[in-house]
Amino acid sequence: MAEASPYAADALIPHTVEPHPVTGIPNGKLGIWLFLASEVMLFGALFSTYVVIRTTAPHWPPEGGLSSEILNVPLATVNTAVLITSSITMVLSWASLKMQNLPRFRLWLGSTIALAFVFLVIKYFEYTHKFELGHYPSHDNFYAVYFTLTGLHGVHVIGGIIVNTFLLTAGSRMWATEPERFTNRIENAGLYWHFVELVWIFLFPSLYLL
Amino acid sequence: MATTHETTSHEEFKKHLGKYYVVFVALLCLTAITVGVSYLHLNRPLAITVALIIACVKAGMVAAVFMHLLDERKVIYAVLILTVAFFFLVLFLPMFTIVEGSTV
Repeated sequence: MAEASPYAADALIPHTVEPHPVTGIPNGKLGIWLFLASEVMLFGALFSTYVVIRTTAPHWPPEGGLSSEILNVPLATVNTAVLITSSITMVLSWASLKMQNLPRFRLWLGSTIALAFVFLVIKYFEYTHKFELGHYPSHDNFYAVYFTLTGLHGVHVIGGIIVNTFLLTAGSRMWATEPERFTNRIENAGLYWHFVELVWIFLFPSLYLL
Repeated sequence: MATTHETTSHEEFKKHLGKYYVVFVALLCLTAITVGVSYLHLNRPLAITVALIIACVKAGMVAAVFMHLLDERKVIYAVLILTVAFFFLVLFLPMFTIVEGSTV
């Protein structure tokens, strides 16, 4: 007699591959989009706070000068390029699975994770330089906004690294048994990762350049 | 038969890869333009307008191509329309509470 599977038929999550008859998409995809919608509201609320603080400030940044003189624009520009590159490597990792090429998938997803680490290392240098100058979030509203928004974004980058690392290692075992489901997982992880890139697209000019 | 079909779909899929590279290069170019424009030190309203337009174009390209929104189901569009509506609500609602000359 075959050993009882830990995944009893009634415990299976439905519509992981085939589209749900009502929505026309697999459940995971709808789930990740709803999660991203909530993320838009989270960042939206903080962005709204930034707009209110900034438009009512007599001068921005409060200590004088320009944002571009206070923050390190060249480093942030490099970081923007790093995130853009990580976005294309992410989408190429999904495309590799679509073309049944697992080694290529590993290469692209590994590159995505590596680039995410590069982003964090550059951010670390930016932060430590500010701390050396005694510019903590409590310094003034400018630094409070800067550290809150880039900090929350950084936490999202760390989240992406954790999920992508799982999908690159233990999680990739699913490819052998359920390749389509695994491909969908990579697509959903990609949607999240592109969202993280999308947030940075707005954070970079509004914090560093304006 | 199955092998031929798979090969064809792979070939068709490869054609789509080109647009990812186009968007990638466009995003890098637009980033360079945003940074370049910031060195012109335009007056603030104009600088904000230009930077936001470029950011919106970049975000649109990421959403349309990388996130496959160009070819997506209606339910996703419905979720996004609702999200965008509430995003603008949360963004602009506090503006009405700002009294002339007030500071935070």
